[in-house]
Parts: sequence; C-alpha cells; structure tokens
Amino acid sequence: MKPRKKTWQELPCGAIIEDLSAVLENKTGAWRSMRPVWKADRCINCLTCWIYCPDSAIMVEDGKMKGPDYNYCKGCGICANVCPPKVHAIEMVKEQK
Amino acid sequence: MILAKTGNEAMAYAMRQINPDVVAAYPITPSTEIVQLFATYVNDGLVDTEFVPVESEHSAMAACIGSAASGCRTMTATASQGLALMHEMLFIAGGLRLPITVPIASRSLSSPLNIHCDHSDSFASRDSGWMQFFAETVQEGYDTLLQAVKIAEMASLPAIVSIDGFILSHCMERIDVLNDQDVRDWLGPYKPNYNLLNLEHPILIGPAALQDYYFEFKRSQIEGMRNALPVIKQVTQDFNQLSGRAYGIVEEYRCDDARAVILLMGSACGAGRAAVDKLRHEGKKVGMVKLRVFRPLPHGLLKKTLSGFKTIGVLDRVDAVNSYGGPLYTEITSLLYDAVEKPRVFSYVYGLGGKEFTPEDAEAVLRSVLTGKKEELVTYVGVR
Repeated sequence: MKPRKKTWQELPCGAIIEDLSAVLENKTGAWRSMRPVWKADRCINCLTCWIYCPDSAIMVEDGKMKGPDYNYCKGCGICANVCPPKVHAIEMVKEQK
Repeated sequence: MILAKTGNEAMAYAMRQINPDVVAAYPITPSTEIVQLFATYVNDGLVDTEFVPVESEHSAMAACIGSAASGCRTMTATASQGLALMHEMLFIAGGLRLPITVPIASRSLSSPLNIHCDHSDSFASRDSGWMQFFAETVQEGYDTLLQAVKIAEMASLPAIVSIDGFILSHCMERIDVLNDQDVRDWLGPYKPNYNLLNLEHPILIGPAALQDYYFEFKRSQIEGMRNALPVIKQVTQDFNQLSGRAYGIVEEYRCDDARAVILLMGSACGAGRAAVDKLRHEGKKVGMVKLRVFRPLPHGLLKKTLSGFKTIGVLDRVDAVNSYGGPLYTEITSLLYDAVEKPRVFSYVYGLGGKEFTPEDAEAVLRSVLTGKKEELVTYVGVR
C-alpha cells in the first residue's frame, strides 16, 4: 500500500523540513555525467574538497578523506578543481552507463 | 514627540527605532532616501544593525531572505524599478514565510521614464505572498511600518508598507513619534520560527516540492495570508493603546446614510475627504471608504462595508492595461457580485506617473458617482 501523503494542514509553515531523513533517502547521484575518481595514495587529507563540495558528498572519517559518496555526488567537479595541483588526487572521468 | 519629517525621513526614523538585526539594500536610485538616511544611522552608531550594501535590489532581497532565514529581524527599502527587480525574490520570501518588512515609496514603472507616484510597483508584486499596506499620510506610514514589523513576525509573512512616492516620501509633515524605548518594548525581541544557522537543530529550507507537494504548500501559504487579518486587527488595536492613534483595516469617512462613496488607497484619500466635505456641505449624501490593507484583501469586511451603498466609485492609481477596469475595481466588483443588495460600481484610474489628483478632481469623480450613471467602463481622470 502506498504511504499516505500529508495534507496541506499537516505541512510545515514555509516548507521547512526538520526531518532530514528524506534527503538521505532521495539518492540523487544518478544525475551525474562525470564521476570524480579519488586516488587514496595521492591524497594528503587536506580536506579542501570536503570544504568546497556543495552537496556534502565527500565522506570523511576521523579527519581522513574516505572518497566521494556516489549516492549523492552530482559530478560537478569542484573537488577535482580545488584539489591542490601538485597533489591531483581527484580526477573527473566520464560516467559509464 | 512632535517632529517635522518627510515620508522618507519618517520611515528611516522608524527603522532606527525598530533597530533591525540586518538591513540589506541597494543604496542609490531607484531606492529613495530611506536607505541613505538609515545608512547614516548605522554610520553614527545609533543602531546595532548589520548593514549590507549590495549591487542590486535582486541581491538585496536575496540577502534579506538569507538573513531572515537565519532568524534575524530583517528590513530593506526600495521603490519603483527596485521593487520590480526584487520580483523573483519576493515570491521566495513569501513561500518561505519570512517576516521581512519593506517600506516602499510607491512610484511608477518605466517606460516612459518617470519617478513619480503611482501604485504600479506594489501592484505588480500583488501575488507574491506579501502583505501590502497603503498609508494616507506620513504619520500613518510611520505608524504602519512599526505595526507591520510586529504583524509580519506574528503572521510569519513578509510585508510591504507603501507611502506614495514624492507626495508623501518627499513632503514634510508634522508627525508625532513614539520614544525609542517604547517602540523597542512594544516590538520585543524577535522570536523566529527557525534558524538556519542553528547547528544543534539542522533544517532544510527551500526544498523541491513538485507535482505532489507544491500545491499543498501553496494552499498552506494562502491560509497563512487569510489568518493574517485577525493579527492585523489585534496589532492595530495594541498600537492604539500604545500611541493613542486608531487605525482600521477599512476606514469609513462620513459614510453614515451615504448613498454614493468613493473607495481609494494612499495619499489621495486627502483629496477624497475634501471632496466629501464639500458635497456634504451641499447636503449630498456622500462618503469615502479608505482601504489600508490590500493584501490580505479584507473581502468580508469590504463586502459588509460596501454593500449598503447605492453607487461606489473605485479609484485605482494603477492600470492593468485593458483588464475589465482597474485592478482594485475588479476585486471590488468580484466581492460584491453575490451581495444581496448590489451597488453599482464604477472604475476610475487616476494619478499615473504622479499626475496631480486635486480635491477638484476627487469632487468631479464623486459627482459622477452620485449621478449613478457612467458610459465608459473606465474613466481616466485628468487625461488630456
């Protein structure tokens, strides 16, 4: 059975979403046409990509880069662009269908 | 305290007393002096406001939206093309239900280029989900701006307070201002519904809501606008307690036993009163109805007020370019359509681009309303 959708009276004022789980459930990575490929051996864990990623799609654990989260990454290439040129730990490649 | 202030000065003075957390504004023309005067207060350290001078009105409203979403009491000011340039962002502030308050000096829109009064700018923003108040005098503009901040915050809706460009914005009037502490106590601290910067309680604003949710959110916003009417009533009553100055949502002038009335908004009500006085002196049963609040449209109140008259002349200081009469006229005829005793309603468009609307013009309109006959659909008052 389909879940019942909220009526207008039940929706939050100003469309403010306090329960953010829906954002996680809604996997938007399929929009991607370019994919960032992370090379762990080159990465210096400066986390510049994490700061700049507009979609919070860089995974970090204990202060260490863990790679892009392909469930949400849209492939904009900002991470590859801000990765220090000498490091060059992220490369954009064409997404294979 | 009694002061001599132009409309712009009075609005800036009210903003100083309101002491908003953030004012983001485009500080030169087409904005009026309001922003410039407020910037002086900022420079002199008389307010605690974070003043953000931006590169356009579009950016001004965008910055105001960000500020208000972060839980700050937020204001800006603009006029004419400036409000038009904000247009896209006005809808976003409306949809997010952000209580941003904006005094505007209502002025015409180009082309041809004209900097003088009419209501084209505010009417063009009619459907953006903002409350709209129109002031007759500088005093009323000052008072209404103070009220609007409180109403906006209580109703979770943004508000435009219009003073007529030049006629009020640049003319000096004797006004009675409240003292600073009274204003601050009366407004109290702003308690926002949410704060985007609160990391303890993260939220998402401006989500996508497609075919399955957009309409439901809009329906909720429409209800919010409807619910603003009792809030406006309550705040104007509270303000009366504070200031001794009483305002209505719809105000009647010499309407007892009147058969013919004119309905208008803004500074032209002054000419309307003079015309009513003159015809009353001749024994004619005429009156004037002033509409202070255009959005939310107080249709129940208007229907109750207007359905007893024989004839009504609705005066629009804006034209909707070949609609069936002026835009205010069409709203009035719609709301009277199912009235039991239907008055005859006539459309007059006046004062575009600051064309003078004198007591004699108002008198001519009132006499034509009194005849109960009118041949053309719209009378363009004073057009050669």
